[in-house]
Amino acid sequence: MTMAVQPVAISRRSYAAPLVGLGSFIAFLLVVEGLIRVGLLNRFIIPPPSEIFMSFGRLFLEEDIVHRFFFTAGECLLAGVMVTICGISIGVVMQRSNLLRRACETWVAAFASAPLVLTYPLFMVIFGRNAWTIVMMGFLSALPPVILKTIEGISGTRKVLVNVGRSFNLTATQQFWKILFPAALPTIFVGIRLGLIFALINIVGTEFLINFGGLGQLINDLAERYDLSGTYAAICFVILVSVLFFITLERAERWLRPYDYVGSGPKNGG
Amino acid sequence: MPFSAVPNNAILVADDIVVRFETPEGPITAVDNVSFQVRPGEFLSVIGPSGCGKSTLFNVIGGLLSNHQGIVSVAGETISGPHKSIGMVFQEESAFPWRTVTDNVAFPLELLGMPRDKRVERARHFISLVGLDGFENRYPGELSGGMRQRVSLARTLASEPKILLMDEPFAALDEQTRLLLGDKVLQIQQKLKQTTLLITHNITEAVQMSDRILVMTYRPGKVKRIVDIDLLRPRSSEVVGSEAFGRYVAEVWNDLREEANRGMRDEEKNALRQKERAL
Repeated sequence: MTMAVQPVAISRRSYAAPLVGLGSFIAFLLVVEGLIRVGLLNRFIIPPPSEIFMSFGRLFLEEDIVHRFFFTAGECLLAGVMVTICGISIGVVMQRSNLLRRACETWVAAFASAPLVLTYPLFMVIFGRNAWTIVMMGFLSALPPVILKTIEGISGTRKVLVNVGRSFNLTATQQFWKILFPAALPTIFVGIRLGLIFALINIVGTEFLINFGGLGQLINDLAERYDLSGTYAAICFVILVSVLFFITLERAERWLRPYDYVGSGPKNGG
Repeated sequence: MPFSAVPNNAILVADDIVVRFETPEGPITAVDNVSFQVRPGEFLSVIGPSGCGKSTLFNVIGGLLSNHQGIVSVAGETISGPHKSIGMVFQEESAFPWRTVTDNVAFPLELLGMPRDKRVERARHFISLVGLDGFENRYPGELSGGMRQRVSLARTLASEPKILLMDEPFAALDEQTRLLLGDKVLQIQQKLKQTTLLITHNITEAVQMSDRILVMTYRPGKVKRIVDIDLLRPRSSEVVGSEAFGRYVAEVWNDLREEANRGMRDEEKNALRQKERAL
């Protein structure tokens, strides 16, 4: 009897959190809608959620939203791949070279907090008014967290694991690939997550500023036309890009780090 | 009990090991003129109070510490770094969390370039030896502390070392688990005729498992005495209840008590000194 009931209970529990999340979001939208309708919120600043919802069709029919969505998503993907390869490589090189690390780590950290988006004219001079400017802005803004977290992850490898490698006489390359890198992977993923957030913000921001490309340009156009419901609907698609990337990243993490996604077993005893 | 005679045909020889560390308070001699030999198939424990240099000695013999004086040799070959003949089991949990039990145990075989199917088969033998059948595809995060230490032990055994070197491998476990794992280690040691050097601060553990116990003095760590344990083999944790076992424990404790007292007094003095400095 217990055996038959248990899976249902677990299944209900696993759906509970997403349902509560969705319910809270719908409740929030209803509250905003209500506040606008009774006049407590200005509808010329915040359009009613129902109007935003109705604008989606218009974005598909008139604004070529699908193409724009994939354009921005493509830029994010390219910047994400570039930052993963370059950020991890630079992080590894800096972690291995004490001199380089001491010389540059502070600079990289400072670079992370710099408002890079303001340097877009320089990038336009270098790359022109095209997608490369946008991708490079996203790439460079995402680089510092990946570099810093790679350094932190490798440096934070437990000494006993390094000693296990030494006791098995591993070469430096084996030590890196078989111990340091897998041990650092959870921290590196934190860096990639942060980097992707920075990349998306800067990519959409640059599209907006240089009025070129995907969703950022559309948001700019709609805002200039004072189409507020359309602007907010376009912002929803930016959020969709973000959600898409985080789901993809989570899948990649599950594949690369299955040990962090298994149920926990007994913690005491022999 | 007299000093133990030097064994013939030693597989492991530590000769006149001296380790000094530079500290802000000046140089400290952690290990001083430590010499001993281990016979093939023998189980030798090194016991001493905290701070006597046991773990330093573990690192010297395992080749992880190079700035020492004296010689360590395995089967007549002087070693100056980690050596394939010595397999190490560490005090801290050292199973790789990103590898399953099988992949952890197969790790040394992977380094040898053994094909996957062969190394999995070989790994399963050692997993079975440490009693982890059924957990082959689990990750260390799904296992208890004792099981994780058994994974580390199986991984080290899979490299088929001539000497198994263990540094307080059960220190973090509760007493009952420790006794049961002691049984497991004894079974394995007897089955494989595995030469074993155990670093420990636990007298019961040392007497339960060892053929000889090397008692170390508090800082600087010197050999105070080597005690022969003439308990019958094969042994198990049941030996703990025997009269002879109690006598050996009392005997080792008599040697250790003085050293442990010295250690405690020294730590108290250090704490007072630090407090005075802070004031």
